[in-house]
Amino acid sequence: MTTEILMPALSPTMEEGKLAKWLVKEGDKVSAGDIIAEIETDKATMEFEAVDEGILAKIIVAEGTEGVLVNSPIATMANEATESTVDVQPIEKNVQTDAPLTRTEFKSQETPLSGMKAEWGTDIQTKTQTVREAIRDAMAEEMRRDETVYLMGEEVAEYQGAYKVSQGLLDEFGSKRVIDTPITEHGFTGIAVGSAFAGLRPIVEFMTFNFSMQAIDQIINSAAKTLYMSGGQMGAPMVFRGPNGAAARVGAQHSQDYAAWYAHIPGLKVVQPYSASDAKGLMKTAIRDDNPVIFLENEILYGKSFEVPLLEDYTVPFGKARVWCEGTDVTIVSFGIGMQYALEASNQLEAEGVSVEVIDLRSLRPIDYETIINSIEKTNRCVTVEEGFPIGSIGNHLSAVIMERAFDYLDAPVINCTGKDVPMPYAANLEKLALTTTAEVISAVKKVIYE
Amino acid sequence: MAASKVTKKSTDESHDLLKFYRDMLLIRRFEEKAGQLYGMGLIGGFCHLYIGQEAVVVGLEAAARDGDKRITSYRDHGHMLACGMDPNGVMAELTGRSGGYSKGKGGSMHMFSKEKNFYGGHGIVGAQVPLGAGLAFADRYRENNCVTFTYFGDGAANQGQVYETFNMAALWKLPVIFVIENNQYAMGTAQERSTSSPEIYTRGEAFGIKGEAVDGMDVIAVKTAGDKAADYCRAGKGPYILEIKTYRYRGHSMSDPAKYRTREEVQKMRAQRDPIEAVRTLVVSEKHATDEEIKTIDKEIKEIINACAEYAKDSPEVSAEELWTDIYA
Repeated sequence: MTTEILMPALSPTMEEGKLAKWLVKEGDKVSAGDIIAEIETDKATMEFEAVDEGILAKIIVAEGTEGVLVNSPIATMANEATESTVDVQPIEKNVQTDAPLTRTEFKSQETPLSGMKAEWGTDIQTKTQTVREAIRDAMAEEMRRDETVYLMGEEVAEYQGAYKVSQGLLDEFGSKRVIDTPITEHGFTGIAVGSAFAGLRPIVEFMTFNFSMQAIDQIINSAAKTLYMSGGQMGAPMVFRGPNGAAARVGAQHSQDYAAWYAHIPGLKVVQPYSASDAKGLMKTAIRDDNPVIFLENEILYGKSFEVPLLEDYTVPFGKARVWCEGTDVTIVSFGIGMQYALEASNQLEAEGVSVEVIDLRSLRPIDYETIINSIEKTNRCVTVEEGFPIGSIGNHLSAVIMERAFDYLDAPVINCTGKDVPMPYAANLEKLALTTTAEVISAVKKVIYE
Repeated sequence: MAASKVTKKSTDESHDLLKFYRDMLLIRRFEEKAGQLYGMGLIGGFCHLYIGQEAVVVGLEAAARDGDKRITSYRDHGHMLACGMDPNGVMAELTGRSGGYSKGKGGSMHMFSKEKNFYGGHGIVGAQVPLGAGLAFADRYRENNCVTFTYFGDGAANQGQVYETFNMAALWKLPVIFVIENNQYAMGTAQERSTSSPEIYTRGEAFGIKGEAVDGMDVIAVKTAGDKAADYCRAGKGPYILEIKTYRYRGHSMSDPAKYRTREEVQKMRAQRDPIEAVRTLVVSEKHATDEEIKTIDKEIKEIINACAEYAKDSPEVSAEELWTDIYA
C-alpha cells in the first residue's frame, strides 16, 4: 500500500512554500527521522523529516518548485509491510491540517484588492515587493544615510531576523550596528532608550509586541515622557518595531493587538501600515523622527506583496490617512491587518451595489481626523475595523470624535468591528470566532445603511 | 607653637580638600533649605533629601572628566549640584517655577541638564540602570573614551532589570560604573530585611564584573575608588561596580517619619561619621586652611543658598502654554 506525503506547515502562518531540495530519490528506503527534503518558508529553510519507514515510491513535486500549497501531496511512499495489520498513519501525521484555516480567506489576495489608489504619480515606476522586504529596505536606506541609526533585538543579526525582516543587514552594516541581544526585553529596551538620550537613533525590534509588555515601563516612563520632564532638553529619537496582533494559532500570550494601548500615550507616535509602500515610507519617516515611534507590523502581512514606488527616497508622512477607494454610501475606517477585512467587505458590497469609501488610518498617533470627518460628511455612515479588544479601542475613540465633530451628519450610529472581548483561544475554530471577520464588517455596513 | 599656627599648607591636596568641603557643604545646606521650603508648602509632592550621603557624589565627581555622563534615581539634588548645575535652576524646579531646569514640568525627581551631561533624575526605582548602560553604549559606539556614572540604591539593586543590564554591560564591555549608594534602607525596609546577601558589590561576579565596597562617609576613599573604576572602564575592560556604604540622615522622603530606625542610630552616625565634619577636621588639623577661611566658605555657601531660595520663590509661575509644549520634538 502507498501513502501520500503532504506538504507540511512549518510555521503558524505558512500557507505555501518552496520545495527547495529532495534529499532522497525514488526507490530509496526511508526510516523514521530521516531528513527527506528541504522546504523553504517565507522565514527560513527547514528540514523535513520522515515520520515512518518505507520506500519512496514517487516524487510528485519536483525540487525547485515554488508556491507548493500546504497539505498538497508532494510524494508517495510504499510501505514494505503490506501485510501489516497495523493501521498505517499518513507519514506526515504531524501536519496540522487545520493550521492555516483561519487565514484561508486571505489566500486569494496575494496582491492588493481592487480600488487601490496609488499615492504617487502615474509616471513613477513601481516594483512588486512584500511588506517584509519593504521594511528591510527602509531600514537599510536609513542606516546608509545616518551612521547613528542602529538595529537591536533578539535574533536580528546572525539569524537574519526571527521573521527575516532584517535579512542581509548584518552583512552590510556589521555587528556594531546590527546587534543580537539576550532575551531580556526590559534591559535592552532601557539600554536603547539611554543611547537615544545620548543622541543615537536606535531601532528596537521586539520579536512580537507581546514581549514589549516586559519593557513597557522603559517605553512609556523613560522614552515617551523624558522630553516633557526635561523641559525639552532631551528625548528619545527611536523606533520600536515588530509584529503586533494575532498571527495564527499562537494562543492568548502571543496574539494581542497593542494599537490602542500605545496610541493612548502622549509623547509616543504610533503607526500601523497595511501595504508595503506605506510600510516603507512610514518606516523611513519613523527613523528620521525625533520622537519615540511605535511601529506596529503584522506577521500575516509580512508575506503580502504590493506595488512600491521606485523612488530614491520614498517617505510617507505621519498623521495622514490614505483613502483606498472612494465611495458615497458608507465609510469604513481601518488600519493594519484590519484593512484586509475592510477591503474584502468593500469588494463584496460593491458587487451588491453599495458604494464604500475605505480609509486606511496608517497613523494612530497622530490620527488624521480631517479625512474621516470629511468622508462622513459625504457618506453619513461609518464602520470601524480592527483586531484589538473592544473596550477602549481605536474604534471607540473614533466614535467619540465623530459624535463630537460630525453628529449632525450621522444617519446611523457608528459601529466598531473589533476582536472579541476574550483572551485569544488556541483552537482553530475558536480563534476564527475571536477575530473580527469580513462577514461581520459586511453585516455592520448593512446595519448602518439600514439594509 | 604659636608660630606654626600661621604656617598654612598650600598644595593640590589642600585645594582638593577645600573643594570637597565646599561642594559637600553646598549640598547639605541646599537640602536643609529644600526641607524648609517643603515645610512652608513651597515645594510639593515627593522630595527625597540627600543629607548624609554627600561624600558619594562629591568624591565621584572628582574622578569624572569632561564628557563623562551621570544618571541617578529620584534622590538627585546632590548629583546635580556636584556636577555643576546651577542651584537656582534646581531649587526653582523644586518650587515648580519657570526658572527651573525643566521649566517646572519635571519636579524634584525628574531633572536633567544636557549641558552638564546629567541624564536625570528618574522616578522609577532601577529604571536608570539600563538607561545608564545605554549612555555608555552610545559612548562605546562613538569610541570617545567617556564613562557613565550610573547611581542606584541598595533597594534598586534588587530590581530584575539591574541584572539584565549587568549581563549586557559585561557582554558588550560597556564603559559604565555602577554606583550602588547603599544607605542601608530601601525606603523603610532595612537591608537585612530586604536583601539576602549584604555584600551587594559581589553581585556582578556571576557576570564577571569586578566590584568593591567603599566607605561612603570618607570622600577621599570614594574619590580614590572612583579613579580606579574610571581607569578600568576607560581601558576598555567593561563595567565596574562600586558599592558605597553611606547613610541618609533624613527619612526616605519628606513624608517619612523614619520610625523603622532609632533616633540613637542616626545620632551616632551624625556624631561619629559625618562626611563633612571629617573633612573640616582634617583641613583644620593639618592646616590646609585657617578657621577664617573655613568660615568664609561657610558664609559664601549660605549666601548661595539664600539666593537660590529667593530665586525659586520669585521665579514666575509657569505659563499655561507650557502645558502643551515639549510633548513632541
